[in-house]
Amino acid sequence: MPDQHHSDAPHHTTVPVIDPGMTFASVTDKISSIVLKRKTPIAWFVGFAIAFMLFQLMMLAITQLVFVGIGVWGVNIPVGWGVDILNFVWWIGIGHAGTLISAILLLLRQKWRTSINRFAEAMTLFAVAQAGMYPIFHLGRPWLAYWLFPYPNTMGIWPQFRSPLMWDVFAVSTYATVSAMFWFVGLIPDFATLRDRSHSKFFQIIYGMLAMGWRGSARHWHRYEMAYLLLAGLATPLVLSVHTIVSFDFSAGIIPGWHATIFPPYFVAGAIYAGFAMVIFLTIPLRKFYGLEGFITMRHMHNMAKVMLATGLIVGYGYIIEAFFGWYSGNRFERYMIWNRMHGPYATYYWALILCNIITPQFLWIKKIRGNLLWLWVISVVVSIGMWLERFVIVVTSLHRDFLPSSWGMYQPTQWDWSMFVGTIGFFFALLFLFIRFLPMISIFEMRTILPEAEVEE
Amino acid sequence: MSEDRHINFKLMRDRILAGQSEADPTPGRSLPIYPNGKKPKTYWRSLEELVDAPEFREFVEREFPQQAEVWEDPVERRTFLKLMGASLALAGLSGCVYQPPEKIVSYIKQPEEEFPGRALYFATAATVAGVATPVLVRSNEGRPTKIEGNSDHPNYPNADPKSPGYSATDIFAQASVLSLYDPDRSQTPLFRDENRPWTAFVGEMRTALNGPDGNGGLRAKQGAGLRFLTETVISPTLAAQLKDILTALPQAKWHQYEPVNRDNARSGALMAFGQPVNTIYDFSKAERIISLGADFLSAHPGMLRYARDFAARRRITEGRKEMSRLYVIETTPSITGANADHRWSIRPAQFEETVRGLASSVALRGAAPGDLGPPFGGPIAQGWMQALSRDLLQHGGSSIVIAGAEQSPVVHALAHAMNASLGNVGKTVFYTDTIEAYSIDQSQSLHELVTDIDEGRVELLVIVGGNPTYNTPADLKLDKQRLFKINLRVHHGQYKDETGELCHWHIPATHYLESWSDTRSYDGTVSIVQPLIEPLYESKSEHELLAVFSDQYDKKAYDIIRDYWRQNQEAGGRRQEAVINQAAGGRRPEAGGAPTRGSSPSTASPASTPAAAASPVAAASRGDFDSWWRKCLHDGFIPNTALPVKTVTADSNGIAKVPQTPSAGGYAIVFRTDPSIYDGRFSNNGWLQELPKPLTKVTWDNAALVSPATARKLNLGKSPAVKGRESYVDTIKISHQGRTISDTVPTFIMPGQPDDVITVHLGYGRQRAGRVGNKHGFNAYEIRTSDSPWLISGAEVSKASGQYVLATTQLHFNMEDYSFRQDDRDILRVETLAEYLEEKEEKHETHVPGEEETLYDPKLYDYKNQGENAPNYAWGMAIDLNSCVGCNACTIACQSENNIPVVGKTEVERSREMHWIRVDAYFKGEPENPEGPYFQPVPCMHCENAPCEPVCPVHATVHSAEGLNDMVYNRCVGTKYCSNNCPYKVRRFNFFLYQDWDTPTYQLMRNPEVSVRSRGVMEKCTYCVQRIQNGKIRAELEDRPVHDGEIITACQSVCPTEAIVFGNINDPNSRVSRMKAERRNYGLLTDLNTKPRTSYLAGLRNPNPDIAKEG
Repeated sequence: MPDQHHSDAPHHTTVPVIDPGMTFASVTDKISSIVLKRKTPIAWFVGFAIAFMLFQLMMLAITQLVFVGIGVWGVNIPVGWGVDILNFVWWIGIGHAGTLISAILLLLRQKWRTSINRFAEAMTLFAVAQAGMYPIFHLGRPWLAYWLFPYPNTMGIWPQFRSPLMWDVFAVSTYATVSAMFWFVGLIPDFATLRDRSHSKFFQIIYGMLAMGWRGSARHWHRYEMAYLLLAGLATPLVLSVHTIVSFDFSAGIIPGWHATIFPPYFVAGAIYAGFAMVIFLTIPLRKFYGLEGFITMRHMHNMAKVMLATGLIVGYGYIIEAFFGWYSGNRFERYMIWNRMHGPYATYYWALILCNIITPQFLWIKKIRGNLLWLWVISVVVSIGMWLERFVIVVTSLHRDFLPSSWGMYQPTQWDWSMFVGTIGFFFALLFLFIRFLPMISIFEMRTILPEAEVEE
Repeated sequence: MSEDRHINFKLMRDRILAGQSEADPTPGRSLPIYPNGKKPKTYWRSLEELVDAPEFREFVEREFPQQAEVWEDPVERRTFLKLMGASLALAGLSGCVYQPPEKIVSYIKQPEEEFPGRALYFATAATVAGVATPVLVRSNEGRPTKIEGNSDHPNYPNADPKSPGYSATDIFAQASVLSLYDPDRSQTPLFRDENRPWTAFVGEMRTALNGPDGNGGLRAKQGAGLRFLTETVISPTLAAQLKDILTALPQAKWHQYEPVNRDNARSGALMAFGQPVNTIYDFSKAERIISLGADFLSAHPGMLRYARDFAARRRITEGRKEMSRLYVIETTPSITGANADHRWSIRPAQFEETVRGLASSVALRGAAPGDLGPPFGGPIAQGWMQALSRDLLQHGGSSIVIAGAEQSPVVHALAHAMNASLGNVGKTVFYTDTIEAYSIDQSQSLHELVTDIDEGRVELLVIVGGNPTYNTPADLKLDKQRLFKINLRVHHGQYKDETGELCHWHIPATHYLESWSDTRSYDGTVSIVQPLIEPLYESKSEHELLAVFSDQYDKKAYDIIRDYWRQNQEAGGRRQEAVINQAAGGRRPEAGGAPTRGSSPSTASPASTPAAAASPVAAASRGDFDSWWRKCLHDGFIPNTALPVKTVTADSNGIAKVPQTPSAGGYAIVFRTDPSIYDGRFSNNGWLQELPKPLTKVTWDNAALVSPATARKLNLGKSPAVKGRESYVDTIKISHQGRTISDTVPTFIMPGQPDDVITVHLGYGRQRAGRVGNKHGFNAYEIRTSDSPWLISGAEVSKASGQYVLATTQLHFNMEDYSFRQDDRDILRVETLAEYLEEKEEKHETHVPGEEETLYDPKLYDYKNQGENAPNYAWGMAIDLNSCVGCNACTIACQSENNIPVVGKTEVERSREMHWIRVDAYFKGEPENPEGPYFQPVPCMHCENAPCEPVCPVHATVHSAEGLNDMVYNRCVGTKYCSNNCPYKVRRFNFFLYQDWDTPTYQLMRNPEVSVRSRGVMEKCTYCVQRIQNGKIRAELEDRPVHDGEIITACQSVCPTEAIVFGNINDPNSRVSRMKAERRNYGLLTDLNTKPRTSYLAGLRNPNPDIAKEG
């Protein structure tokens, strides 16, 4: 692997965030050519076809769900929420990295973010799109989902603002809106570049419309910078708020295993953890395939691995504290909940989760493993699975045995649960494939700002 | 254009009117226009006569010129008619049945008492195995929709005489509404699977009787070759009809067979008294009860009354400090055993020895000690038996020894003898004549019939009710080979079942809610069964069927019943009591008006009626009969018809001489009726199929109950629950004397089952029960034999390959596994009476959060002070766990009242059953010898701080001012968060469209006051909010507050033990407030600060201190 030698590089501080040989022209050329000039590789078609087929599976699953009823899923009483809500939380979690990288790292002036932020933002948007479907389709009557919005109606009823699900509606929709705007605003200068460099009339028009008349004047740049900064400032608290509110879905309930004050920070950390795992998971093959090693360097990999390690440790702390409080509370139901997680019928899930989310990331302490893309990729996969298991443990094992043993039950996802999940993965990748084909996956103008050429003497 | 249309209609109307008067001047006859000389199709309702009229054609041409061709062209028109006809037929009750022309007439005069929207109640009687449960049936606009107990009936009074409420019923009576509307019921008389009119059947039977030319036939042979096979006949009229037929045709024979009969009790009575008797117990006076395998709380003709008296005697409220003590010796765990203070489960082989030991210890009169075997014999520790017999002897005259119908005759005889020697007879135990019209040994009767068939002496077999092909013993099976030896076979039943399949004629039987009949309750009191609805199909009652074989073959059931009682009265006429002169009236008028009032005077045979002659029918003079009859119909029973108590002397010498049954080795197979579907007759009833069986919580299946040790011995694994509430269990093969149960038998590890004893339940493995009942479970009749119908010993049992999925509503292991101890969770509280009386301090340390600990403003809902103008109701419920016997009646009553759907086995496996009130069962102690299970009915708690409410994003579940946790179905979008957050898990979700919206008969069945829920919405117990509203409206109209006990929920009204009490907790004098003030009162999970409105009173047990010490 051509990258292997990078891992041997002794100090990552010396590893640049962009290949030293790059110039303004080469940056623009290289990135825009993926969209404009290069022949679409066969692999793209194959990948897109697979993703699109899975997307069709999702459509089938949704059709089945809406026409037959939510009973096609495995949910029941006591386990009223299953992989539907679990996947919602999982996807929302994945959708955290993008905005975090874009907004928070922008505010913290972390220059290394530039080459991955566009891609991570796109990933965020697409993940939130997947997540957003679940709360609608997990309803018994999804066609009435709009009742959750506070719209003026002849019934004269508002939604209930005490319900965490109501908060969710606002949190997720706000997050999706701001993320989309942030992403789009960031794309405007690059749309202009593509408009100017495109030879096809059709694309000139399309990109031209998307560029919204961007001419690169100083006034444009001035306003752009201001808008981008403001949006970054707006998006930053959202990164923290969305998953905090998602965690309220559980912590506002009284079920042992849900009713815990640690949930908000623990969920946010988990989300960033999962988000970075997903960014790593996607970046590694992508930079290899499109030869973007010059833009996304090993320094990025190291940094992302470190973020994952740090958030992983917070998540691990969360697990330990959960167990500690189960014991320390002295509450018989809390104690049983922890006992049941560790020894009950879903104990396998719990221990797998501990393995995936606490044990595995410890390898990231080792620099050699951080530098080894294969290992890093495997760890990111394991962490993604681990975060899915975490949500399974929280949602399902808490519900399946609560207070009265007479109403205990078990939960088993059905083929339609899986179809929907696999389908959303397909949809996610289908969107991602379209994105890398038609939009610059790395911010062209921002990459130019980090070139040595851009260093202007004060 | 619209002007034109107006003219068109006017034109048409005028023409038609003109044509009508031309064609038929008779006034009142409707639309007799046959201008083309064609007879109109009779099945048209409104358009028919118009079709071919030139006026109509002209109208069509003017109105729809492009369509006119269709009417001109005969071919096209027929297609059109066919389609129209088909859709009309589909819209009717049932597509495949010929619809009689209907007259749709609006009320010119409103029927008396009938107000649209207001339900009426009529008294009638539901029967199981012929024995009456007197009921009041709610009729909504002529549709029977709900069964209530008849509290006017002398056998079923309410504890609170002020209560205007209804009395108890059992699950079978409750579920009978569903059977009435069952679309699988057979609908027309069938001859070899072809629809035939009833008259064809009558014709054929008359021919068979009288011969084709009026002489010859069976009548010429005095009925030789004619056989009637009935179930147990209790109906006096039916018995009289049979008697008449047998008088006219002396060579004909009448056989009775029912798989669940009282042959053993009968033989036991013969052994003890030399005559069959009916034994009646008075549990209200019994301080010590020992049940010898008698499940008198759930499977006994008098169970409702017995359970009520039993619970009343044990009710520790309002300062009462004494309760009776119940000892149970049984072979397989039963509801009665679960409620016992001491329960011993012993093998059937040791049963007789034990009872003999007990009998000799309580010193039978006239028997030398040792005659019966050694005192205190059997497997139960001698100290315990001594304590038990001491306790019984100390309570001579106030104790009951009761033997189960499944026990051997000797056990019954010994029970009679013990009651005699304890001085109970005449105090707590009474003997009367049998309530059966003819008490016979049914196995013997069946044996005679089978012999006659085998020897070719039967030409015409009339099977009146029952399903003998399915439920006869394996050695006397009325199977295909045997039945096909008979030339002509007639089956009368509600379903074309296994027997109906093999008969030439199948005559649909009416349901009791659509037919006239009479019957007796367990003490002989006669009830007239009156219909609430015209038969839905072309069904005939058994009275009408039997009338075919008499001189009056077209007599209506109403006339048969009424004439019988008129004659009975005239013949009897002994006592003229003022009571009969009280005119009928008030809230329950006679149903069905007075059909065929002008029928000819009865010419029925004057032969005296068989058993009913003994019944002291209060007679009246001829003129008073009508008012007497109406009074009896209104009240639901004929007064003073309880059978008189008779004096019998037990002959214990006879018993002593009976040799002890030798015990056999191997596995013993014990047969029991299924707690939900009885002997199989309720197989096609979804409510009963889905009702969790009280002790196992299994639905839709029967299973072989084995003890934990036997399971280990047979290498049956502990059943792991894998998905939902499926239990994958190991299966076994059971065979005996070369007969094997053909289906694999799933096993169920039953705590408290004696080792090497396998209990199987009857009633499953049906092949032709209907869409609901087919192919569930295994058929235990396949190895049942006539000589020992309740027990076989020495059966071969082996483990079979493969597993079976049982659908249970409560995970089996958490009923018993000690790691989920109940003490630990403080869910179900039970203590001993002594502990309760001694302890002054509350020993449970539930931390109920105070006001300062809650985030909610406690003044937000101030239920105590709802304002000056508010009526200040705060609804609440108290459930006395000391009274609840776990009979499940509340679950079915709720299902019937609240239109709760059936979901089927697969959905139950996935934990999606819909019952709004469930009865939880928890064992205590080790699985080998557990206590209990203890039962706990769980409806919605209607928490004041309901966790479900704040989490609903759309306000679909909200709190009412009176403290109800209301569910707004229309607003629900189905997030299921409320259910997740409900600590009691009482909410139920419509995962699919569970309600049957299409079957027309089910639409008739539903309670119009309760919404029929659609797919995707949550539902749960409402405290029967429709009943609350009705009560409030009634009170408001009369400008008074709602009285205590005026509003009763469905579960409360059906409860045989009055364990459930509902009412206003803002009224300190209401029954519910008084119950909640008891020291035993506790709330479920109150430390969660839910403030449940439903609370429980801890259960109590009253163990014998001597035995408790020993144990």
